[in-house]
Amino acid sequence: MSVGSASLGQAVRPDGVLNADVLRADARRQALGLLALLSPGLFLVFAVIVVPIGWLFWLSLFDETGQLSPANYARFFEQASYIKTFATTFKVAFVVTGACVLFGYPLAYMLSQLPRRAASICLIFVILPFWTSVLVRTYAWLVILQRKGLINNWLIDLGVIGQPLPLANNFAGVVIGMTHIMLPFLVLPLYASMKTIDQDCLRAGMNLGASPAATFRQIFFPLSLPGLASGVVIVFVLCLGFFVTPALMGGGKVIMWAMRMEQATSLYSNWGAGAALGVVLLAVTLALLGLFQRLLGARATGVWSRR
Amino acid sequence: MSTENSLPISHWQRLWLYLLGGLVMLFLIAPSVIIVIMSFSGSTLLQFPPDEWSLRWYESYFGSVEWRDATIVSVKVAVMTAIVATPLGTAAAYAINAGTLRLSGAINALLTASLIIPVILIGIGTFFLYARIGLNNTLTGLVIAHTVQALPLVVLTVLSGLRSYDMNQEMVARSLGAGRFAAFLQVTMPQLRFSIVSGALFAFITSFDEVVVSLFISGGETTTLTRRMFNALRDQIDPTIAAISTCLIVLSIVLLSAAQLFGRGR
Amino acid sequence: MLLSLAPSALPIGINGIEKRFGAVSILSDLSLDVAAGEFLTLLGPSGSGKTTLLMILAGFVRANAGSIKVGGEEIITMPPHRRNIGMVFQNYALFPHMNVFHNVAFPLKQRRASAADTRERVEKALDLVRLQGLGERRVDQLSGGQRQRVALARAIVFEPRIVLMDEPLSALDKGLREHMQIELRNLHRRLGMTTVYVTHDQREAITMSDRIAVMNAGRIEQIDQPEALYARPKTKFVAGFIGESNFIPVECRNGSVWYEDHKLRMNAPAPSAGRYLMVARPEKLRLLADTDQAGLNVLPATVGDVIYQGDSFICYATLRDGRQVTLRDYCRSDVLAKLPAPGEPITLGIDAQDVVLVADQ
Repeated sequence: MSVGSASLGQAVRPDGVLNADVLRADARRQALGLLALLSPGLFLVFAVIVVPIGWLFWLSLFDETGQLSPANYARFFEQASYIKTFATTFKVAFVVTGACVLFGYPLAYMLSQLPRRAASICLIFVILPFWTSVLVRTYAWLVILQRKGLINNWLIDLGVIGQPLPLANNFAGVVIGMTHIMLPFLVLPLYASMKTIDQDCLRAGMNLGASPAATFRQIFFPLSLPGLASGVVIVFVLCLGFFVTPALMGGGKVIMWAMRMEQATSLYSNWGAGAALGVVLLAVTLALLGLFQRLLGARATGVWSRR
Repeated sequence: MSTENSLPISHWQRLWLYLLGGLVMLFLIAPSVIIVIMSFSGSTLLQFPPDEWSLRWYESYFGSVEWRDATIVSVKVAVMTAIVATPLGTAAAYAINAGTLRLSGAINALLTASLIIPVILIGIGTFFLYARIGLNNTLTGLVIAHTVQALPLVVLTVLSGLRSYDMNQEMVARSLGAGRFAAFLQVTMPQLRFSIVSGALFAFITSFDEVVVSLFISGGETTTLTRRMFNALRDQIDPTIAAISTCLIVLSIVLLSAAQLFGRGR
Repeated sequence: MLLSLAPSALPIGINGIEKRFGAVSILSDLSLDVAAGEFLTLLGPSGSGKTTLLMILAGFVRANAGSIKVGGEEIITMPPHRRNIGMVFQNYALFPHMNVFHNVAFPLKQRRASAADTRERVEKALDLVRLQGLGERRVDQLSGGQRQRVALARAIVFEPRIVLMDEPLSALDKGLREHMQIELRNLHRRLGMTTVYVTHDQREAITMSDRIAVMNAGRIEQIDQPEALYARPKTKFVAGFIGESNFIPVECRNGSVWYEDHKLRMNAPAPSAGRYLMVARPEKLRLLADTDQAGLNVLPATVGDVIYQGDSFICYATLRDGRQVTLRDYCRSDVLAKLPAPGEPITLGIDAQDVVLVADQ
């Protein structure tokens, strides 16, 4: 139990644990160093995302007179227009997600079955729109679908219809435009997960006498479900908060959640109302993603880490 | 290469699948193609294919002071965003990859939060914050907001580069006498350069194409191209936008090909 | 003089190293001394902690407690780049964006050596590993063995105090591996740097090392010269890990050791009373005709199977307690003449000086 030799911090300790303090300090120093590398990024995210959203949440707890009240949230249940907005939003999200699955699954399946070279060429058709401005794509659909747009012009020229079809500035327009924008978010994770399905598994299934259809149904499809689920969740969540396309293609008739938030804050400067909408939207988003992560143990943000 | 993948089903039996997939691909690519073609139309009417050809919409784009100013603002902001987000994201990815931090899961979630938090909420929140600190309608404000949105893409891109990089190399460099930073600069970074450049390109394109947050926090002299386009689209469909859109599509193609090319150099 | 017999070879004193990952203990109270200029091998199965110990020595893994002194200087918290330790990784970890010359020159560049000095040293190092003239090659133009040599040259070019190697030969095919073992051994003899070498291959360890530390579950089971380790294993683990062994239960009472009712003759003094295992190497067991028992311990058994292997044969026999033992001998004509048939009763003999006892865990 010598005390005299402890001066260098390297001496033998009574319990035989050498240098434990020095090493712990060294570990802390290294952790701080790594934290320093993270801190600029974390600081920005904290300042631009966490602080304002926290502030908005705080604001949402007070009514116009500055009294603590649930008024901003109670409104959602009381006013028909809010209920209609939520209903519209979920309806759009469901229809768009359904359309994405309907179109995206066959495409992803085809990509996964193609030889590598052909697949990487076809993949350009998914990746290029993914990286093209949402605004550009929405504009394109406006040009194509509006009253005097391409489709109506063609159909009238061909004599199929007499009056232009209402394709834009309504629910149908919003769904078509958003499906186009969301499709890559479904196809990319789905394709990636399909690529990991062992082809030998399928070959074995066929060798054992299963028909191609049965092999697909009993082997391939169940194995592709995790990728499909991840795509579905990300598309659904992005739909709930989507702004640009419904704002431009809804013709003022399709009011979605995000548009309502924009109106509340920009038009009426009612921060409490806008903030409350934002808080609920965020809560729903995080709940869905959390549920997904719990069920499948995977992160839904995987789509962005691939090209 | 095709044999490794193929099942005992002939391509003929698969024809329906190829047809369906091809239609979806057409659905995905057609709008861009149509816009590019329409941008060379000579008429104000929306006709496809156009009856007459001209460059009038490009002249209208480049000839307009407002469009030009907005474009310059967007380019400035996107370049600055790439310059800021790339080192920040690379540093963060390196630290996450080192992975000895106890909170790395939470840190990861926070850094990639802007990918899943509804953009409208970020827009309103940023506007609200900037109103208090005087950053609305400033380039600085735009660069900061766009950096936060571009950061996760840089982090994820560099992180995927780091995951396929053999960290033993950096360790060996350190044992041979290079400090951690020197080892990173001399050994790790040269091999990550493709990921880092890709990350920078993604940061640029993310900023350049960003709409919602810019709608809230840009205005006046700092109106971005996307904000001006959005407002123009709310009023009426000006074919000038087809010319601008074509430029944006070409920019996307160029940047993506660059990223892809760099990726292949690996 | 460059890269000569290193006068700077230093001893390593490892004392009380503890390493835990969470609640799992990887190394516990590990102490080990490596003499200056010694070639010491850490030998053990995967998960025994040998690589972790090497990483702690190099500075890439931080211990929870302990001391490492190199030539009397404490380095436990020193960053890797100041430790002056040459390291060779299992996968070589050559820098693919540099040619061979720049790979080997890397440590000299960090030390800001002059261009002329660098050139001279790199050439000398490439000479030593017999890669002269390949400086301009790209790394991906090299064979596995050549990469190994570049990694080696890079680890010794700056005359480090210590060289650490983590299974450096495991990626090579068998012939090349055996060749490189000899070459590494000769290089060590020439340069005399203190070397700590990690492997799970006992044959490699025996071929190359001055001493071997056998590790198991985060502890050093035994540290000794290769011959002693083989001839006198101190634990059942060591006896089983190095070479083949038959373990035959024996008991010690009243100051002598008994196998059933036979009192064993042995050269070593009998241990304290209790149950033990006798380590009988297959080649130390002999087939006895009933008569020639002079001075040998005898074990009655029944022949199970005899497997002819050309130069030698293996005989599986069953002892009276049902335990199976293995015996190996060369196919000399006198032995072959006496070879028993399966099912025949035989007597196995073991020399008193070959009797080794280990604790029966």
